[in-house]
Amino acid sequence: MSYTLEGKTGPWEIVVGLEVHAQVISNSKLFSGAATAFGAEPNSQVSFIDAGFPGMLPTINEVCIAQAVRTGLGLKAEINLWSRFDRKNYFYADLPQGYQISQFAHPIVGKGEIEVTLADGSTKMIGITRLHLEQDAGKSIHDQHPSKSFIDLNRSGVALMEIVSEPDMRSPEEAGAYLTKLRQILRYLGTCDGNMDEGSMRADVNVSVRKAGEEFRTRCEVKNVNSIRFVMQAVEAEALRQIEVWESGGTVDQETRLFDTARGITRSMRSKEDAHDYRYFPDPDLPPLVLEQSWVDAIKASLPELPDERRARYLALGLTPYDVHVLTLEKETAVFFETVAKGRDAKLAANWVTGDFFAALNRLKRDISDPPVTAEHLGELLDLVSDNTVSGSLAKQVFEAMIETGKAPGVIVEERGLKQVTDTGAIEKVIAEVMAANEGKVAEYRSGKDKLFGFFVGQTMKASGGKANPAMVNELLKKMLA
Amino acid sequence: MTRLTELTLAQARDALKARTLTARELTQAYLDGIAALNPRINAYITVTAEKALAQADASDARLAAGQGGPLEGIPLGIKDLFCTEGTRTTAASRILGDFTPPYESTVSGNLKRDGAIFLGKLNLDEFAMGSSNATSAFGPVENPWSRANDPAKRLVPGGSSGGSAAAVAARLALGATATDTGGSIRQPAAFCGVAGIKPTYGRCSRFGVVAFASSLDQAGPIARDVTDCALMLNSMAGFDPKDSTSVDVAVPDFAAAVARGVKGLRIGIPREYRMDGMPAEIEALWQQGIAWLKAEGASIVDISLPHTKYALPTYYIVAPAEASSNLARYDGVRFGKREPGADLIDLYEKTRAAGFGAEVRRRIMIGTYVLSAGYYDAYYLKAQQVRALIKRDFDLAWEKCDAILTPATPSAAFGLDEKHDDPVAMYLNDVFTVTANLAGIPGMAVPAGLDANGLPLALQVLGKPFDEETVFAVSGAVERAAGFTAKPQVMA
Amino acid sequence: MSVDTAAIRRIAKLARIHVEEEALPGLAAEFNGILQWIEQLQQVDTSGVEPMAGGGATALRWRQDEVTDGGQAEKVLANAPDREGEYFAVPKVVE
Ligand SMILES: [Mg+2]
Ligand SMILES: [Zn+2]
Repeated sequence: MSYTLEGKTGPWEIVVGLEVHAQVISNSKLFSGAATAFGAEPNSQVSFIDAGFPGMLPTINEVCIAQAVRTGLGLKAEINLWSRFDRKNYFYADLPQGYQISQFAHPIVGKGEIEVTLADGSTKMIGITRLHLEQDAGKSIHDQHPSKSFIDLNRSGVALMEIVSEPDMRSPEEAGAYLTKLRQILRYLGTCDGNMDEGSMRADVNVSVRKAGEEFRTRCEVKNVNSIRFVMQAVEAEALRQIEVWESGGTVDQETRLFDTARGITRSMRSKEDAHDYRYFPDPDLPPLVLEQSWVDAIKASLPELPDERRARYLALGLTPYDVHVLTLEKETAVFFETVAKGRDAKLAANWVTGDFFAALNRLKRDISDPPVTAEHLGELLDLVSDNTVSGSLAKQVFEAMIETGKAPGVIVEERGLKQVTDTGAIEKVIAEVMAANEGKVAEYRSGKDKLFGFFVGQTMKASGGKANPAMVNELLKKMLA
Repeated sequence: MTRLTELTLAQARDALKARTLTARELTQAYLDGIAALNPRINAYITVTAEKALAQADASDARLAAGQGGPLEGIPLGIKDLFCTEGTRTTAASRILGDFTPPYESTVSGNLKRDGAIFLGKLNLDEFAMGSSNATSAFGPVENPWSRANDPAKRLVPGGSSGGSAAAVAARLALGATATDTGGSIRQPAAFCGVAGIKPTYGRCSRFGVVAFASSLDQAGPIARDVTDCALMLNSMAGFDPKDSTSVDVAVPDFAAAVARGVKGLRIGIPREYRMDGMPAEIEALWQQGIAWLKAEGASIVDISLPHTKYALPTYYIVAPAEASSNLARYDGVRFGKREPGADLIDLYEKTRAAGFGAEVRRRIMIGTYVLSAGYYDAYYLKAQQVRALIKRDFDLAWEKCDAILTPATPSAAFGLDEKHDDPVAMYLNDVFTVTANLAGIPGMAVPAGLDANGLPLALQVLGKPFDEETVFAVSGAVERAAGFTAKPQVMA
Repeated sequence: MSVDTAAIRRIAKLARIHVEEEALPGLAAEFNGILQWIEQLQQVDTSGVEPMAGGGATALRWRQDEVTDGGQAEKVLANAPDREGEYFAVPKVVE
C-alpha cells in the first residue's frame, strides 16, 4: 500500500527529489590552499582567492576531484572523463566573487543509483541524476548586531559535492531512508563526514503533490534543511501546504522556501520579482577537467567495501538481518565488528558486539570511535569463551572488569582466578560436597523428583565460585546422582 | 653624452653593467622627467619615487658586486592593472578606492626578480575598457605627439594601455607593462610611435592582473623598440602554476630572434584586412611593409581570413560577458569604495553606479544582457562559435605562411574630443588587432612611418601560437627597414 | 532583437547597478545601437561548430591538497570599508 496524504478531495501522492550538498573531505579548498577545518576563528582560513580579490585566480585541488570520482563510483554512477566548470552569477554578501564556480552543463559524475531499505524490509532504487563539484559560499551572521550582518569567509571556497536525485521518492520515510543511505555511503567512502550539525551535509528538498496517475505538478524547493528528521518533516509540511493550495482552487508557484523548524511549516524565502537569472557560462579561468580512464580505474580498484556489499557478506556469514543492519549502519561499527570477529565465530562476535558491547556504549554514553573496550580485547574475551577458559556467565563479569580497568581479559581472568574449572576430579569433589550437605534432597531426587536436578546444578556452580564448566557439571551430576 | 632618457633599454642595461651609469642616476632622470611632464601627459596615476630610488640603490649595490638580474636597474612603469604589493592599485576606477594589494602580480614580480625598478603605476582606460584612455577615472592621458597642422590639438594616446604607451614615448619610463584584451597594447603603441607585443594567450601569467575578459586578457610589454620589448618579455613571460590557463612551455631568447631576418619566411597578407574606407596612407604603409619584407628575402603570400569582419561584434559580446562576471566582485564589501545604502542591495547598486564610469557600466550591462536567460544562445554561444571559426581561419592560414603582416590601426591618433558619441565608432579602432585576442595568437605593433600630419603609424605582425620568435624576427626586419627615428613633440 | 526601458531596468537590477529613471531611454537607445551592430553575427553559419570557451591550457592542471594559504585575517580585512572585529560588516540582511 503506497503512501498518500488525505485531502478534502481524496488521496494525494507526494513526489520528492533531493539535492544534497556534501562537503568534500580535503585539507585545503577546491580552488585555493586555505584550510577547511571546522570552527576556526572568523576569516582565518581565507586566501585572497576565496575573498574574491582583484587578479586572483583559481587552481583546482586534485583530492577534491578524486573524492568526487570516488563518490560517483560508490553511487554506481557514470564518471565523465570530460567535465567543465561554469560560473553561476548572483550577488550575495557571503559570495565574494559575485559568482559561484560550479558545474552546470557538464558535471563530473552522471547517472547513478542508490538502493534504500524501508522499515517494512522492502527495498527501493532511487535514481541519482548527477553529482557535480562546486564552491561553498561564506557564512552570514545576522544576530550579532542590531543593524549589521557579519561575514565570515572561512567556508568560502570549500569543496562541495552537489548530489541530485531523481524525483523518485514518494514518502517522508523514503526521503529519510535515501538521506540515511547516502550519508552511510559517503562515510564508508571517506568523502564526506556527513555531519549535518556542522553543516557538512545539507539538503534542498524538492516537493510536489499529484493525484494518482497524473504528470508532475509544480514543485517547490525547500532550502538548506539540516537534519534527516527535519527533511522528513519538511516533506510532509510542504506537501500538506500544497494540497491545501490546490484544493482551495489556487496554484502552487515554483519558488524557494525555508523550513521553520520551530513551527514545523515552510515559508517563502524570496519574492518573485527578484527571480534569479544566474547567467551560467563556462569559467574562462578554468580549462576543462579531463580525467584518464586508468586513473578512474585505479580509484575504483581502491574503493572500500560499500554498505550493500558488506551487508550481503554478513548475511552469508549467517548473521541475523537485524545484526547485519546495526553492524553496517556506521562504517566504524563494521570495522570494530570485523576486528572482533577476525578468525573467530562471526555469530558469537555479532552477539557480543550488538549485545553487551552496544549496551555498554549506551550506558556509558560512549561512541564507537571511543569504545570502552578495544575490539582486540573483546576478541580475546571471545577466545577465552570458545576454548572454555571462562564460561558465558563469567565472561560477562570479565567484560565488566575490562571496562573498569582497561586490562586484557586474560590478565583479568588470571588476576581474579576466574579460570573455568574443567578438571573432572575437582568438579566431582565439589559435587560430592554438595550431595553430602543435601542428603535429603538427594534421596528425593533418587525417588523420582527429577526437577531437583537444576537445584544441584545451581548449588555446584555456586560452590565452585561460578568457575566450574557447566557442561561438565551437568554430565558428572547425572552420573553421581544416578 | 646623450641624455640618459634617450638610451634604449638594451643600451642602459649595458651601461649599468659596465658601471658607466648608475641605477640611481638613471632612475632620478626618469623621476625628473615625470615631475616635469606628468602633470600634462597624465601617464602616471601614482608615482613611487621613494620606493624607486630605494630599489635603484639596491640595484647599484648588486651591480657593484657584479651581480644583478637581466633587467637590473632598469626603470619601468607598471600599468595600474597589475597588482603591486603595498602600492595602491586602481585599474583607473573610482570603485577600487585606495585598494592596496597585499600581493604582487606574477608578471610584475618577475620583473622585480630580474632587477627592474618601478617608477609608478600607469594610467589606462577604466578596467582596460577603451581605446582612447579617456575612460580613466584619473583623467585622460595626452598623446605626446601632435599634428603638424594643428599642434594645439590634444590627441589620445590610444587605449587601454594609453599611460604605458605615452610614458614610453615621452621618455617617462624606459619600458612599461601593458595588457591587451582587444588591441590594448598594439593600438596605443601604434598611436604613440613605440613598439608593443601581445604574446600568445597563456604566455604571461594573469595572476594578480585585474581581470577584464579572462579568455582574452594577456600581458605584454610596450618599449622604445622591438629589442627592448623582447628583453622585457623574456622577464615577464613564463609558466605560472597559479594561473590555470598559463601554458607550461619554455621561454626562448626573444631578443636573439630580433636579428634573425626574414629570409625564406612566408609572410601572409590577409585580403580581408583591406577595409572599405581605409585611409590611403594606411594602405600605402602596408604596401611599403610588404615591399620591405620582400626585399629582405621573405616570400609574400595572399591569404584569406574570411571571418575577420565578424571579429569586432564577436569581441563585443565575449569581452563584456566575461567582464560582467569578473567585475561582480566590486561590490563595496571587502575592499574598495562603498556608497552607503538602505540595505545590502541598495548598497551594491549605489556603490557600483558611483564607482564605475559610464563605459564600464555600459559593458557590464551589455555583458549581463548577452548572458541572461533567453539570450545566451543567440549572443554568447553564437559569439563563441564565431570565435572558433576565427581561430580556424588562422589555423588554416598557418599552412600557407609563417607570419602575417597587417596595418596596426585604421588611422593615426585622433583628438581627445573625437569619437566619443558613438561607442561603435570607437570600437572600430580595434578592427585589426582584436582577431589576435580571439584566436589567442601573438601580435606586435612596430612603428613604421608617419602620416601626412606627422603622426606615427604602425604595422602589425601576427604569428603562430607560441611562436613569438618569428614575430620578433619579422618585426625586427620591419623596424630596420623603416628606420623610424621621429620623436614626439613632448618629451622629457 | 531590441530592448525597451523595462528591459534596461531589469538588466541594471541583475547587474546591481543603480540607473536613474531618466537615464533609461538613453541607455536603451545606446543598447539598441550596439545590439543592432552585433546582430550581423546571425549571418554566420555556425551549425556544428564547437564553441571556443577560451585559450591557453587545454586541460586543468591539478594542485596538491596542501594547506598553503590563509592564516592572514588582518590582511584579508585590511581593505574592508566596514568591519566588526574579525568580520566584514554589511547592512543587516533579512532572509
Ligand atoms: Mg541547488
Ligand atoms: Zn549547489
